[in-house]
Amino acid sequence: MSGEPLLQVRDLVKYYQAGGLLAARKPPVRAVDGVSFEIGRGETLALVGESGCGKSSVGRTILRLQEPTSGEAIFEGQEVFRLGREPLRALRRRMQIIFQDPYGSLNPRMTVGAAVAEGMQIHRLASGAELNRRVAALLEEVGLDPSYARRYPHEFSGGQRQRIGIARALAVEPVFIVCDEPVSALDVSVQAQVLNLLADLQHHRGLSYLFIAHDLAVVRQIAQRIAVMYLGRIVETGPTEALLADPRHPYTQALLSAVPEPDPGAQRSRIVLHGDLPSPSNPPPGCPFHTRCFHPLRSERCRTEVPALRPITGTRAACHYAEVSAAEAIGAVP
Amino acid sequence: MTPLLEVRDLRITFPTTGGHITPVDGVSFTLERGRTLALVGESGCGKSLTSLAILQLVPPPGTIDPSSHVRLGDTDLLALRGEALRQVRGRRIGMIFQDPMTSLNPVFTVGDQIAEGILAHFDVPRREAMARAERLLGEVGIGDARARLSAYPHQLSGGMRQRVMIAIALAAEPEILIADEPTTALDVTVQAQILEVLDGLRESRGMAVLLITHDLGIVAGRADRVAVMYAGQIVEEAPTAELFARPSHPYTQGLFASVPRLEGPLSRLTPIRGTVPPPTAWPAGCRFRPRCPIVHPRSETMPPLLDAGPDHRMRCWLAEGET
Repeated sequence: MSGEPLLQVRDLVKYYQAGGLLAARKPPVRAVDGVSFEIGRGETLALVGESGCGKSSVGRTILRLQEPTSGEAIFEGQEVFRLGREPLRALRRRMQIIFQDPYGSLNPRMTVGAAVAEGMQIHRLASGAELNRRVAALLEEVGLDPSYARRYPHEFSGGQRQRIGIARALAVEPVFIVCDEPVSALDVSVQAQVLNLLADLQHHRGLSYLFIAHDLAVVRQIAQRIAVMYLGRIVETGPTEALLADPRHPYTQALLSAVPEPDPGAQRSRIVLHGDLPSPSNPPPGCPFHTRCFHPLRSERCRTEVPALRPITGTRAACHYAEVSAAEAIGAVP
Repeated sequence: MTPLLEVRDLRITFPTTGGHITPVDGVSFTLERGRTLALVGESGCGKSLTSLAILQLVPPPGTIDPSSHVRLGDTDLLALRGEALRQVRGRRIGMIFQDPMTSLNPVFTVGDQIAEGILAHFDVPRREAMARAERLLGEVGIGDARARLSAYPHQLSGGMRQRVMIAIALAAEPEILIADEPTTALDVTVQAQILEVLDGLRESRGMAVLLITHDLGIVAGRADRVAVMYAGQIVEEAPTAELFARPSHPYTQGLFASVPRLEGPLSRLTPIRGTVPPPTAWPAGCRFRPRCPIVHPRSETMPPLLDAGPDHRMRCWLAEGET
């Protein structure tokens, strides 16, 4: 990464307080609990984890679709969390988001053309014939027929809707896009098409992505770096190939070992985690993973002291005993 | 040896404003005792409807064509009505679905719902049914089973609920378990737990499993045989190791090329072009023809399932050799 990163996030915290009469008595849900990372220009960072780990909350908070509890995010030199209404509106031209369910994010009564044009109208980027020309060019860029502009979202398949969602995000010419599980709901043949499209767009437009996903094999196709989240914290981060080849955190190892590879010969001995994910409103003290950890060296220290992210070999891992591979120690290859 | 389950020439039709559609069009397969057969395909290929038809659960206005055959041992499943049908549903063939929350009743405890299944099929006192329910929860890997008996579905995680669904399906000691995308809604580490449970049960009970999935990765480690479906038909079928070593139908090959891998060199994915057509728009002849990278002179005629190797068949003219 050369020069200033495009986005720096420091100590991001997002708690949700339950609503209702007895809300004050309930502990808040600690969705994001002190997350820091950087994304360079033209780079993709993947934020990976299972449901409830806080990965989507990170994406939404950076865009101020939700207000953070604390922390800071510096994007192109601006402190995102301190911006007032007008500068925030201007910022939204630079940062966009695409969602898992493109259907839920498209207005069913708006034509595809109107949906793609909306952002350009709001930001007064184009009007009249120029607006129509740009809509057509965007549809073409994402692999759709420009004549689709006159049709409605329900007429399209999931993959085509995701392309519409991408065209809509690109319309305001952002430099940074949060991709929140953009291919999770798609069939595998279509998933591959959309992944390739996202990679091509990044290449042609110099885009940066925060790619939020649960599937490590998908992430490998698109991200240069990965951050693995568990219970609101990053437990391991590093360059994609290093993290996949030699994960140091026991949770990363378990996550990798659970991915079913389409190869009957690859009979890896699997790590099967025991127990359920603890509640994020009542996370365990010390290491968040200690209740399910299988590291042979796990100790009292894990139950009391939160491990910090620290450099191990190729990655940084938040485990007191990351020098010893838990997976190797129990005879499993992650 | 007669197979445990035999599906032959299954055809399901739905009336539409533009005439009839046939989302399942001539599907045949057999399932042996203690084995796992995987039906694999993308959305709309007909794999779920196929599994529903086995228990006459095709949603109206869909109908099973009278020329279709589904036999469980010596029993003609499509001829069963009333009490006889009920004796097979749940009792001899159990079923679990993708979303355990919508299949569980929110106002009854877990124990009540498992016991209900036991009491429906066995003449035992309620206390005995509860004791069996507790044992079943243990068998599907739920710790502290006694306490969980009095839990309501909303108090459980997604993985726990799917375990409860499996326990309910197992309560009647079925010979076959139909698992329709049983782990699709679950996180990958939870998926690993559930698949482990299903494998263990198949071994310990000698139960046969019909696994419906879109995920080739799940199939690789679990199934004995694989049938790949596309546009209402089986397009390729072989033992799992054979199919993965020599995927032969261009659609199967396209699926494999589309799957991102964790291992091996990193390369750009080569997706199948276009999208899966809806049943109203299936082309004449080979249904994969508009998306197929290979132009075959006979592709305007629908190919039958042809031999593509030992115990390996595919619905593609390429099986006949020279193009």
